[in-house]
Amino acid sequence: MSSPVTQKSGLFDCRDAYVKTLEALGAADERIVAVVNDSVGSSKLGGFRDRFPERLINVGIAEQNMVGVGAGLANGGKVAFVSGASCFLTGRSLEQVKADVAYSQANVKLCGISSGVAYGELGPTHHSIEDVAWLRTMGDITVLVPADPWETEQCIRAAAAMDGPLFIRISRMGVPALPRPADASFTIGKAEVLREGGDGAILANGTMVCRALEAAEALAAQGISARVVNMCSMSPIDEEAILAAAQTGAIVTVEEHSVRGGLGSAVAEIVSQNTPCRMKILGFAGFQPTGSAEFLMEHSGLTAPNIAAALRGLLGR
Amino acid sequence: MPESRPRNGQTLAERAAFVREQARWIRKRALRMVFDARQGHPGGDLSATDALAALYFDVMRYDPADPRWAGRDRFILSKGHATGALYSTLALAGFFPQEELTTYMQPLSRLNGHPNRNKIPGVETNTGPLGHGMPVAVGIAIAAQIDKADYRTFIITGDGELQEGSNWEAAMTAGHRKLSSLTLIVDRNRLQQGAGTEDTVGLDPLDDKFRAFGWDVVEVDGHDIEALLPLLDGSIRHDKPLCIIANTVKGKGISFMENKASWHHGVPNAEQYEQAMKELDA
Repeated sequence: MSSPVTQKSGLFDCRDAYVKTLEALGAADERIVAVVNDSVGSSKLGGFRDRFPERLINVGIAEQNMVGVGAGLANGGKVAFVSGASCFLTGRSLEQVKADVAYSQANVKLCGISSGVAYGELGPTHHSIEDVAWLRTMGDITVLVPADPWETEQCIRAAAAMDGPLFIRISRMGVPALPRPADASFTIGKAEVLREGGDGAILANGTMVCRALEAAEALAAQGISARVVNMCSMSPIDEEAILAAAQTGAIVTVEEHSVRGGLGSAVAEIVSQNTPCRMKILGFAGFQPTGSAEFLMEHSGLTAPNIAAALRGLLGR
Repeated sequence: MPESRPRNGQTLAERAAFVREQARWIRKRALRMVFDARQGHPGGDLSATDALAALYFDVMRYDPADPRWAGRDRFILSKGHATGALYSTLALAGFFPQEELTTYMQPLSRLNGHPNRNKIPGVETNTGPLGHGMPVAVGIAIAAQIDKADYRTFIITGDGELQEGSNWEAAMTAGHRKLSSLTLIVDRNRLQQGAGTEDTVGLDPLDDKFRAFGWDVVEVDGHDIEALLPLLDGSIRHDKPLCIIANTVKGKGISFMENKASWHHGVPNAEQYEQAMKELDA
């Protein structure tokens, strides 16, 4: 199967947009600090460290401490961007995320680097396909899953501008820059309709959005008009956009995440209680076997052709 | 800058006498809260009371009218279950009305069994699960270090709580960064929920552990206010974080509760309550 996202050219690592934005924000606002768990390299924060050495706090390989230290820095008036591999940042420190950050409403921005199955062959210990589900249940923390460099930058700017806890997934997987109008804007809690369509809807976030667009393109060639909605903001979530999508009668959700508790579940919670419609939830069923990230996505059907097939299945066409 | 309690011209004995009177009030109020709520953690309330009273009524600078004043000294109760003592202390210090203490753990009261900073002025971070206070305190001390600010950060942890690994991650960071504005008081009552600390997973030699992590360590009778005050009030300069191992008695001040693990979350009956109040008044 060949798709644009498997090509190496024209693809972006969202970590670059993250650190570039954080450096720009850091230059304008002394309160901005970065906290890492020996992850300067994997978070690509070397540039931030060189420019603001006092404001890069490396607590060593100690994630529980890292998240608590972030909450303490926020208490001391800092805007703490706590950055580490998403699997450890959320999994190892889940109680710190819950008590010190979400429940305490600390002004901490948790940046989950290389989320999803980006670590590929390193296996389920390093995959982070549970993070959105874990954090979404807390309610009191904003959860964002940006799809490309532009959206990553907007998310980081929005994170710095708001006072309160936030989690953002920052993927290392190559993604294309999504086509957007020049006046596009990002608002936490708002979904983004990337393509209009009335026969059915594909709701996706993160690395899956470009595949959803590609699927819609293929469906169009077959006479099926599919809406594509980018669900970057997982919490709060845009109920209106979801209910509008349900009006089409068929929804496919696609996420680089477990099928339990993530985007599909969030959409189903809203649709089932308001405008029931047929749904298909695409994602990972559980711990993944050995394979590259790209292989694992194909293995679980997270490809444009399979997304298109899923919607055709719902429509009976 | 507001001073919580001017010490000018007072002798150490006078300061200690003042703190002791506050501690007596806190003990009685905490015990009444537990008695009325029919739940709570009186043993640990009573062992931590003297350190709390020393901090809030002699050592720390804060402004109850402006609880998030940027220059305040910070206090974190890492053993978040000792809310009988904490809430009594905060109310006595003027952070919220003392009458509200009667709502302790009542439905919809903001005085939950564990403290919530978004509801109760004076609380810095939400504690309850053990091992959370130290990392947050370390973060605050790093912020002060970056800003070259002169506020200080105090933590009380339980001793059993030090079995949580997160404390040692934070202790390592504090030692590495020489966070001299940080003072930890270990409420060393030697009892955890069900048994002695040394019979469960021993902590001794606790002083050596902290020294090895880069801290200054002193050991003191945690109920001897005159000994506690000079250690806490900044009159001794440190270039490292300071760990005060406060040897305390769980249930301190009430004869039948002292040194008994069963009073970790025991609730006195009416007769016991009356006797306890008499003893605290004596």
